[in-house]
Amino acid sequence: MAQAPALPRGFELPLEPRLPRIGSIDQVAVEARAGELAKRSIKKDAKVWALELALRCCDLTTLEGQDTPGKVAALCSKAIRPDPGDPRIPSVAAVCVYPNLIPAAKERLAGSGVKIASVATAFPSGQSPLDVKLRDVEDALALGADEIDMVIDRGAFLSGRYAKVFDEIVKVKEACGGAHLKVILEVSELGTYDNVRRASLLAMAAGADFIKTSTGKLPGAATLPVQLVMLEAIRDVYDETGRRVGMKAAGGIRTSKNAIQYLVQVHETLGPDWLTPDLYRIGASSLVNDILMQLRKERTGAYQSKDYFTND
Amino acid sequence: MTDVEKRSDRSPVPQDWTYAPAPESTEIVELRERYGLYVGGEWLDAKERYTTLSPRDESPLAEVAQASEADVRNAVAAAHDAFGTWSTIAGSERSKYLFRIARILAERAREFAVLESLNGGKPIKESRDVDVPLAAAHFFYYAGWADKLEYAFPNRTPKALGVAGQIIPWNFPLLMLAWKIAPALAAGNTVVLKPAETTPLTALLFCDVLRQAELPAGVVNIITGDGSTGAALVDSEVDKIAFTGSTEVGKAIQRRLAGTDKRLTLELGGKAANIVFDDCALDQAVEGIINGIYFNQGHVCCAGSRLFVQESIYEPLVEKLKKRMATLRVGDPLDKNTDVGAINSREQLDRIEELVAAGKDEGAEMYQAPCRLPERGYWFAPTIFTNVAQSYRIAQEEIFGPVLSVLTFRTPDEAIEKANNTPYGLSAGVWTEKGSRILWMAERLRAGVVWANTFNRFDPASPFGGYKESGFGREGGLHGMEPYLELTA
Repeated sequence: MAQAPALPRGFELPLEPRLPRIGSIDQVAVEARAGELAKRSIKKDAKVWALELALRCCDLTTLEGQDTPGKVAALCSKAIRPDPGDPRIPSVAAVCVYPNLIPAAKERLAGSGVKIASVATAFPSGQSPLDVKLRDVEDALALGADEIDMVIDRGAFLSGRYAKVFDEIVKVKEACGGAHLKVILEVSELGTYDNVRRASLLAMAAGADFIKTSTGKLPGAATLPVQLVMLEAIRDVYDETGRRVGMKAAGGIRTSKNAIQYLVQVHETLGPDWLTPDLYRIGASSLVNDILMQLRKERTGAYQSKDYFTND
Repeated sequence: MTDVEKRSDRSPVPQDWTYAPAPESTEIVELRERYGLYVGGEWLDAKERYTTLSPRDESPLAEVAQASEADVRNAVAAAHDAFGTWSTIAGSERSKYLFRIARILAERAREFAVLESLNGGKPIKESRDVDVPLAAAHFFYYAGWADKLEYAFPNRTPKALGVAGQIIPWNFPLLMLAWKIAPALAAGNTVVLKPAETTPLTALLFCDVLRQAELPAGVVNIITGDGSTGAALVDSEVDKIAFTGSTEVGKAIQRRLAGTDKRLTLELGGKAANIVFDDCALDQAVEGIINGIYFNQGHVCCAGSRLFVQESIYEPLVEKLKKRMATLRVGDPLDKNTDVGAINSREQLDRIEELVAAGKDEGAEMYQAPCRLPERGYWFAPTIFTNVAQSYRIAQEEIFGPVLSVLTFRTPDEAIEKANNTPYGLSAGVWTEKGSRILWMAERLRAGVVWANTFNRFDPASPFGGYKESGFGREGGLHGMEPYLELTA
């Protein structure tokens, strides 16, 4: 492994303020602010707009040991046309699968514009040697992944070996070439908002195109305050460097109401520029049907039962 | 093209997300055309009336009574009549009534919240989430003390004073009513309360709650009117005056009461220092600054209107502050997404405009949030002044509006020196991650309340009140009972 610098860029005391200071997060205050934003009342046209955007920003995900080509193919059809009965409903942004399922997804998604995201780097724990992780990435790309969702080494992060985490992200980014790199912080394991902010800045300094909350394997993942902390870190990096890093909230977002709360936060923290699938993603599986149900309700005035929406 | 391919032409994402209006319905509030005076459990007519408006569009809401000197005497007499029974019934009985009032307030919360925003101009999210729940919480809190006075003040004999004359301001009409009435009643006093001239309606609706709670007649009397009514109340046969409002009026009241045996507590103005150290949690501090000055359009006596920023983070902080200001939603107080509502009255708007003009003349640099203000009604855009010197009027005088003066400091000692360099001393804020510094600062700040890493937090159990020209006496907590009791050995 290459010799890491004593501290990654952004962690030294800057002689000139180039990168945002790491700073700290006040838990009570950040939770209060997230709570305030969650109370925005989004109605009528604004709601339809938000629901369609949430769909466009979805990474429709299946990351199970029992995933099969058949399951993934069905998921891909859903990704392309979430609601076969309504042509106005847009496709989702991407499907997110394990590397072995990429060929199945690729076949079904061909020509659709829906991207293939693959988890890699010894997902979900990240507790493997670096060369295994890099090989994992290379294979996923060779199989046809457009986007790589990597996990950081939380063991290294929590034991203070930030340089190791940093270097791994740099290497993975190199391996990605042109493919988009999303860096999963697995916030439930980081324990504090301070750590979430630290890991966010570290990942961005190391070259992440997106920072992502969670693997989806643990409860209490993408909470609203956690997303707020990450958005504020993204904002700081943008203000200091002009670089736009994307955000992906994953894990636990299941209802339309919830999805709108996440979008409101993005809107009021980073502004309308981030309200696009190029810079914002929601990793979800059951969310899509709830959005479809709400959209149909907005358009017809009546709720329909779950039987009217396909389970894939 | 197959269906699938058609779908692959993803239409561009629309650019603008405008929140649709989300107005809270006013249907829940049933206003009468005219209101009388609530005296001795009855509605009495007054000879003179005036119209109370909604500051959001200057539309008339109702006619209310202008109580004369005779009306005031009448109300005070009714309170004296009720005092004998009220002060001698069991404490547990008084607490029963207070619990009832608290519960009814909580049950009718939406009604009160809508009316508060309608008559006062504050955003519905504040009246809904802060004013009304806190008002109910005060009644709950003091209901609990009513039968425990001997335990609250051990080795002393607590005795009610008699009739309390209470004069409250327009910035938190219902909440200030609760702050005044709940401890007075728990202690066994009876009350004559005068709401502010511009915001009488929630107090008048509260009379309905008193009736619902079957509070004995005369225990609470509510009279409306302008300053002359207040003056008449100060001069009447009351045993105590509790006043919340401007320092100017507070001083006038104190002069009038000098030499009488009437007790007095005053909650007056403020010019709070909000002190931000360079090791603070920056984004949360920005939220705290915003909340400190733009909460309730800055119509808050404890508003953090002087921002002291450690010079090493001055630029990034002001930059963040300006960006945050641009996201404030200014407009219809009844819209659920409104962050900053209407200025309470024409008179207050004039005063804000006058002081802001003075700030510009003195050479401070002004920045206003880019927002479109409604054409009708009273509005002022969220404003900050940078390049402010201690000597400027905008750093000295209470503006009582959405206007923040930004100053800088270098060391903790300098922060203390500048923060205390004011005739006021109601509240202060400290933002730092260093616990020891919080304690060091709190010891030295001459302010009744010091918030650390938060601002504008209130709780019924926590006393509130000022130093110096911010008044004397405490409201809230056990301290808030003392001014309503004779504590003999």
